[in-house]
Formats: sequence, C-alpha cells, structure tokens
Amino acid sequence: MENILNQIGIENYIFLSVLLFCIGVFGVLYRRNAIIVFMSIEIMLNAVNLLFVAFSTYWQDAKGEVFVFFSMAVAAAEVAVGLAILVAVFRNIGSVDISNLKNLKG
Amino acid sequence: MNTLIAISGLGVFCLIAEIFNFRKAIVPVVILGLLAILGTTLNIWSFGELLNSQYTNMIVADKFSNAFSSLFIVLTIFLVAMSHDVYKDHETKISDFIAIKIFLLAGAVAMVSFSNLSMYFLGIETLSIALYILAGSSRLDIKSNEAGMKYFLMGSFASGFILFGICLIYGAMGSFDVTEISEMSRSAELPIWFPIGISLLTVGMLFKIAAVPFHFWAPDVYEGAPSIVTATMSTLAKVVAFATLYKLLATMNADISSAYQNIIIIVSIASMTVGNIMALRQNNVKRMLAFSGISHAGFMMMTLLSLSNSSGNLLYYTVAYALAGIASFAVIINVTRNKDNEDILNFNGLGKTNPIMAAVLSASLLSMAGIPIFSGFFAKFMLFTQTIQAGFLIVVIAGVINSIISVGYYFKLILAMYTKEPSEEKQSTPFVYYAVGIVSIVLNIIIGLYPSLVTDLIK
Repeated sequence: MENILNQIGIENYIFLSVLLFCIGVFGVLYRRNAIIVFMSIEIMLNAVNLLFVAFSTYWQDAKGEVFVFFSMAVAAAEVAVGLAILVAVFRNIGSVDISNLKNLKG
Repeated sequence: MNTLIAISGLGVFCLIAEIFNFRKAIVPVVILGLLAILGTTLNIWSFGELLNSQYTNMIVADKFSNAFSSLFIVLTIFLVAMSHDVYKDHETKISDFIAIKIFLLAGAVAMVSFSNLSMYFLGIETLSIALYILAGSSRLDIKSNEAGMKYFLMGSFASGFILFGICLIYGAMGSFDVTEISEMSRSAELPIWFPIGISLLTVGMLFKIAAVPFHFWAPDVYEGAPSIVTATMSTLAKVVAFATLYKLLATMNADISSAYQNIIIIVSIASMTVGNIMALRQNNVKRMLAFSGISHAGFMMMTLLSLSNSSGNLLYYTVAYALAGIASFAVIINVTRNKDNEDILNFNGLGKTNPIMAAVLSASLLSMAGIPIFSGFFAKFMLFTQTIQAGFLIVVIAGVINSIISVGYYFKLILAMYTKEPSEEKQSTPFVYYAVGIVSIVLNIIIGLYPSLVTDLIK
C-alpha cells in the first residue's frame, strides 16, 4: 500500500497542527467566556495529538500513538478539574465570564 | 521506582482510611510512612533495590533523583503535619486533602526521576492537576475560586506548550527516551524541529516556575489560594519544576548554544529584578513572598549556565530556599488563621506577643535574604562563585544588587514585628506550628554550617 504520508509530506502535517495550535493559543488569549477558553485549550492539545500520530507514521513506530492515549487521558482529567472549578466560580458569582475575576490585584 | 510505588500506595491508603473511618490515624500514619520512604530513598537501611530501577527505561533512580525526591518527601512531611491543624474544622475532608498532597508528591517524584518523556509528562500533569484542585479547594471563598481558575487556565496553557515541545522532539528523534535523545542530539544533522521543541519545553517550564515573562499568574494565585496551598506551591512546586527543568536541559540538550545561554541570562536578570522591585510595594505577605519566589527563580536560573557541574549547587539552593519557605509559612498560617487577609498589619508586635514565632519568621526571612549563618547565604555564595568561574560576571553583579534590594522588603516585615505595637491579644498557638517552624529553621542552620551534608548526596 502506498504510504499516504509520503504523498502529502510531513511538513504539511506540521503546518496544519501549528495552525490549529495557534488558533487555540489565540482563543485562550482573547476569548473571555471560560467555556470557550476550555475549548481552545482542548484544540491546542488535540493539535498536538494530530502531530503525534503523523510523526508516529513518519517513523513507523507505535510509541507516538501510545503517547496520544496518555495525553487524551490527561486532557480529560484536566478538563474535569477545570469544569469543577468553573462550577464553583459560577455558584459564587453567577457568571462564567473570566473578566469578572478581578478580586486579586496589586 | 520503590519510592514512587510506596508513595502511591500511601495515597491509596488515605482514601481507604476514610471509608473505614480511620480518620484520626491518617496524619500520624502518613508521616511515619513518609519517614520510612525517606529512609529507603536515602538508602539508610539497605533494602537494596526491590525492583529493577531501570524498569523498562521509564524511571531511573540515580543520585540526582534520589536527592531531590528526599527533599520533596521532607517538605511533604512538614506540609502534612500542618494540614492536621489547618483542616481541623473540615474533618470529613482531611483524607481527601492529604491524599491529594501525597499524589502530588508522587507526581513530583516522577518528574525528577523520569528517563522517558512520557513519564515526565505524566508526572507534571499529576502534580499540576493536584495543585489546581488544592488552589481552588476552599470553594465557598471567591478568592480561592479565582486563584484556582487562574492557575488552571495558565497551567493547562503551559501544558499545551510542553506537549507540543515533546511532540516536536519526538518528531526530530523518533524516540521518547532521554538517553537516546541525548546521544542523537550530539550528531551534526538535527532537524530544525529539535531546537524548537526544546524552546517550547523551556517556555512551558518557565510558566511553571514563574520566571519573568511568564510570571503574571503567580502573585494572584499565591494570594488567593488557602495559605497551606500557597506554602505547597511556593516551596514544593517551585523546587520540583526547577529541578525538572534542570534535568531536562542537562540530560537532553548536550551542548547548549550561546544564543540559548543569552536568553537564560536575560530571563534570570529580569526575574530577579522584576520580582524584587514588585515585592517592595506589596502589603500582603503572601503576595510579597510570591514576588520573592519569582526573584529566587531568577537566582536558580543561574545554575542553568553551567549545566554539567552545578547540580550540587542547585540542590543546596533549593533546600535552603524551601526550608526557609516552610518555616515562614508555618508562622504565616498560624498568625492569619482566623483572619480574612494576610496584610502586614497582622504581624505588628508579633515580637512581643509571640517571641518564638517572630524569631522563626525573622530567621527564615534572613535566610531568604542571604544573611550569614543561615544556609541562604552559603547557597548564594556557592552559586555566585560557580557562575563567576563559568564566566558570566554580569549575572552575578545583577544577583548581588538584587540581594541588597531584597533586604528592603524582608526587613519591612521584621521591623513590623519588632517595632510596632501589637494590635490584639496574644492568641494560642498549636504545638505543630512551633514544631514545623523550629525544626525547619534548625535544619536550615545545620546545612548552613555543614553544606557537605546536602551536597554529598549528589556527588
């Protein structure tokens, strides 16, 4: 079977994931709604997962694919904790807008 | 490997003890267990290695990782001892809080003893997720919520960078194993992804240690989190992140380029200066110690300039800093137990109402400022000597100037304790705060007098 990676080229995969990663980064930096910020963080992590799978095929080596499982499990745990904190915030101030979090300054 | 398994077992024990209603036994059993693990890690009683230390090349138990793991275990013992009193009013939750602290320690040990990047990633995530929970753990307090949220957003943002860095390194090398990576990094032909990956990893780790361009989260999170968690973050988490950054660069990046060294110099000087100058104008003690932590991160960055032989100095500096930090937080937690803020006014006249606590806090602040007989001075002295020998005079000059600036804000607190009039009645102090404060200060002075006790662990 013709390896599809050879036809497309590894560079294009890198460009695609860098693009997705940057979308995630700008989402975190510019959006004020906490749920959308969480989604942007997930985009960042999934952009990396895509690149892991591409590199794994590039090296003909399963380690990268296994790492994707680790990072997916970690991302799930992380977002669970994040949503729990968000629920606590929502109960106290009644909003998920992170620009309302301004009590700590100095 | 033994250390990691034993610590995880202890964490599971805490969770089970809750089910069987052994709540009262948790703190003593955990402290005894941690002391036993400390003995095994330092190899005081020679068990030998029960398991192959090179377990499928995921974890390596060399002197570096053992020495740092022992430091983390000692710090956790202090933190667990203080938790008993801090969580007195939340008896049903104590097992959760202590279990999270133990799992945090497991993550920390995995972070310094990794020999495979996947282990490193799992370790840093275990540590970070535990800290997000702890930072937001006082859930009815809006400040703690805010701290948890900010720490979570910044921390997972940094994790994204770290993951991307690992991915590019894997793409360049085709392996996660650090020994293989370091062998291959000596070869002439490296894809451009490899240095980009190392840079992204460094950026992610600088977020975690709160060095200057990436330090904005630290003061807010330190101020908002409950005091015991701030103690964890400013001592344990900072030291862990720094030891890991050192190990990453020392094991993978065989020859650091001069451009990279310039960046380290700039970040180091900027961290020291910005941290100290911002600390001068703080009135909240936790916030002041957050900026002081940023400046200490700048000092620790100096060890990255002579990677091959500065691990002993790094260990000594981190031990001195962490012990002084624990001692000062024992006092801060005690003084601000029943207050809703940590303003410097709360410390007025502490020298009259509680002379022992005031002495402990003064000693720890003097150690952080680098005054002789405390180990902070010898740590800075050794660090500066080595950095001069490596030929980076300018960082040392900045370091000396910053040490002088830092005396200013440390003395602000000391003067408040001894020259101002007390504003309130003397309040009783639980024994455990005296114990933690005095033991850590005595340890601090002992390693100041006998530095070889610490540096021999790593040679």
